[in-house]
Amino acid sequence: MSTNADLHTLTGAYALHALPDDERALFEEHLMACAACRDEVGEFTATAAKLAAAVSVHPPSAAKRRVLQRVASVRQVAPSSRPRSPSTGLRRRLPRLALAACLAAATALGGVAVWQHDRAEDATTQAEETRGQMDQLVAVLGAPDADTRTARLDDGSRATVVVSDSRDQAVLLTDLPATPSGKVYQAWYQVDGHMRSAGLMDTHRTSQALVLEGSANAASAVGITLEPTGGSARPTSDPIALLTLPA
Amino acid sequence: MKEPIFLGPHPAQQPDLQTLMHAVACGDTDAFAGLYDAVAPAVLGVVRAVLRDVAQSEEVAQDVLVEVWRTAPRYRPERGSVTNWILTLAHRRAIDRVRSAEASAVRDHRAAVLDQTPEYDEVSEEVEHRLEREQVRRCLRALTDLQRQSVTLAYYRGLTYREVAEQLSVPLGTVKTRLRDGLIRLRDCLGVST
Repeated sequence: MSTNADLHTLTGAYALHALPDDERALFEEHLMACAACRDEVGEFTATAAKLAAAVSVHPPSAAKRRVLQRVASVRQVAPSSRPRSPSTGLRRRLPRLALAACLAAATALGGVAVWQHDRAEDATTQAEETRGQMDQLVAVLGAPDADTRTARLDDGSRATVVVSDSRDQAVLLTDLPATPSGKVYQAWYQVDGHMRSAGLMDTHRTSQALVLEGSANAASAVGITLEPTGGSARPTSDPIALLTLPA
Repeated sequence: MKEPIFLGPHPAQQPDLQTLMHAVACGDTDAFAGLYDAVAPAVLGVVRAVLRDVAQSEEVAQDVLVEVWRTAPRYRPERGSVTNWILTLAHRRAIDRVRSAEASAVRDHRAAVLDQTPEYDEVSEEVEHRLEREQVRRCLRALTDLQRQSVTLAYYRGLTYREVAEQLSVPLGTVKTRLRDGLIRLRDCLGVST
């Protein structure tokens, strides 16, 4: 039976991944109860990172292309709280908070823009339409499988798409420069290499959230083009943004 | 006239990894490309040090970087720097590959090269990492022979402490303490804090 002092000397071997699996499991149990060991392991891990940096080599340029290509179709995990956290309520809320932080960073809060729009409308029917949109918006953003993709445009503005498989729906959040007169931003789903219109954006607002029309699951990407007022049946210009959806 | 002194390499050119990481966690592929540029050389370096085989190393390094993208939303800054997180993962995956049963061929190959390679000197010189490299070498030289051999065999060769003990013909307890003493000295010499 190992004493605590014995176990403590394993911090070095542990940080260097030099413990066999069975001993690693034992030591991890010990770590839970030993704050000093955790601190030391943290420092040793940072020391090991220096050893790694000291043997850096340049990857072949093709490697970067391959990784970026793979990443385009790899779905990210949902953020999670600590696995041992007793508060399941908090854990359930965390992914949404994290998603909200992403959206706040990506756009000037589409949710607020929708709310303002809601208040500004006088006609009841339009307000109800907006509310319907907002319900869908909230449903997509709050879906447990909501996944995001962000692209930066040439002018530095950003576009984010939030997609939910289970709802087969996507929301496009944008913070785009004002359109030239007579033009409108149009959203598209790319389906089997063809662009299908997914809705027009409001020309009066630069920052907005749009629930896209049509099936998100069939699409491989979401594009944005600048079109003549009223929109087009097919894109008449190159997309200013094309966001590849996770497979 | 006093001039500002920057600690650490090229502060102006270093992307703020924490900021990049936050954007990556939000699915920003451009930010990921930036993160890739910053960490891929060290990732490939440490994987290659452990695996030795060039093709396998590139494959594992790519897998690690894709895993960084996939699990980015779970990264927690309070548990350590972005670089630590990524390089710990890279070293772990290289170790997993080398210790997996399927990799027995690799292991044989490694056992063969292990006998003929000197310590940590096989890497090509590159300007941007030269200072770091020299600092690490200087600090490794400041260790006792047994500390240095234990640390480099475990970290750069991916041996368990039992294998290190066997390789160096010293008792298990000695290797455990030398790994820890060696890391304490390295930590202090490199000025590491978490």
